[in-house]
Amino acid sequence: METLFNNLDLFALGFQNTLLLFAVSAVFALGIGIVVGAMRVSPVPVMRAFGTLYVNLVRNTPLTLLMFFFAFGYPKLHLLKLPYTTLAIIALSIYTATYVAEVLRSGFNTVPTGQAEAARAIGLPFVQTMTLVIMPQAFRAVIPPMMSVFIALLKNTTVAAGFSVAEAGAIRANLSERGEPAILVLLWVALFFVILVGVLSVLQRYLERRWRVLR
Amino acid sequence: MTSVLYDVPGPRAILRNRILGAITIAVVAAGITFVIYRLADTGQFSAAKWRVFTFPLVQQNIGLATLATLSAFAVAAVASLLLGLVLSIGRLSDHAWLRVPSTIFIELFRAVPVLILMMIMYYGLPPLGVSFVTPFVAVVTGLTLYNGSVLAEVFRAGIESLPAGQKEAAYAIGLRKSAVMSLILFPQAIRAMMPVIISQLVVVLKDTALGFIVTFHELLYLAKFYGAQFTYGSPIIPATIVFGTIYVILCLALSGLAKWVEVRSRRSRSGVRPVNAAKAELAASEI
Repeated sequence: METLFNNLDLFALGFQNTLLLFAVSAVFALGIGIVVGAMRVSPVPVMRAFGTLYVNLVRNTPLTLLMFFFAFGYPKLHLLKLPYTTLAIIALSIYTATYVAEVLRSGFNTVPTGQAEAARAIGLPFVQTMTLVIMPQAFRAVIPPMMSVFIALLKNTTVAAGFSVAEAGAIRANLSERGEPAILVLLWVALFFVILVGVLSVLQRYLERRWRVLR
Repeated sequence: MTSVLYDVPGPRAILRNRILGAITIAVVAAGITFVIYRLADTGQFSAAKWRVFTFPLVQQNIGLATLATLSAFAVAAVASLLLGLVLSIGRLSDHAWLRVPSTIFIELFRAVPVLILMMIMYYGLPPLGVSFVTPFVAVVTGLTLYNGSVLAEVFRAGIESLPAGQKEAAYAIGLRKSAVMSLILFPQAIRAMMPVIISQLVVVLKDTALGFIVTFHELLYLAKFYGAQFTYGSPIIPATIVFGTIYVILCLALSGLAKWVEVRSRRSRSGVRPVNAAKAELAASEI
């Protein structure tokens, strides 16, 4: 208990940064993911090819490697100077977007084919078939796995600790300077993650029940 | 499935698709060209920066680092499969004293980030007098605890996806619970979940890269080491390209195996089919 209360400032700062990384990356990942997911089912073959290439390539790249590139490689390109937090957000967004895209695509697949066929039969073009018929139905099936992706994103923010971002994973390194036992600090961090993930899981179950697909 | 979303393109749609395709290619090509231009402009392609990777000793070290990554992956993969099996049996047990602790274990270790688990092992335990924790042990334990818990849920989902008749028929011919599980349910569940299991092993392989942060001497660690060599022009970007390619190739190979197993078992006519791809994707959104 003392370890926590004597260093509440660092714990608060760490988890504040974790939540910041989480929220901003979630928004960007959702945005990129929707675009890539749409590309993967689009009628344009080139778009499908690029969507597939992006997803397969990035899904098979460790997040640590992406962070490594953005933290150590990017500054060497002499582009816009960005703080480490922003670079970590870019890496997290690019990585998580592939999972968002895949969840969306499998969500489209859960909609019975008759729906899309009926939409086409009444003359709707692709964009309207998607936005008016498929997406509203896929949305419900997509909520639980999408929440799992966000839970994973929350846990993945800790990787940024290895790349000079002062978030929850980095609390230990800062506190070892204050002479706190590492094990207690880490157990507190783990406990907070269990709580945060628990909150997201409860939200997941609530949304799942609220928008259950009745077919 | 994608083809039901739109009609077979007619002449106008084909023209429109070609124009959109050309625009996509132009945008992507512009992006890639810009990156390559920046790389070339900052001298990342100069021979001096790549020279360090031509030395036989360096290449030998790269080989050793790849082996270190692969051995951590192999040990963690086998251990998580075993742990997953034990935990799923525990979670499906009829005895509350087995079921409740297994459930708590699974839920707990699925919620804690792998990196924090590794840090608890590597930074947390040694001051308490535990002396056997090398970075390798920390990496393998962290990966095993997390992925074992995830795999336990995968096995359980596989068993629950089987028709109830399988279990009922097994009990009806007089098998006991242990025989029902080991002879009837698990073989079918594992076969049905094979693509998901292998995808989870890809996660294990990817997460060995976290070892970099707890000073495990694997590929990224070596990449940083060579990338910081001032005498060779601090070739951090060439190092990222070299070591990143190795990682991506290893992961792609394992993902390819998952895909191959899925396609092959879907084609075979006997036995259970693997859970369909969409469902598996939804189930396997643990990353």
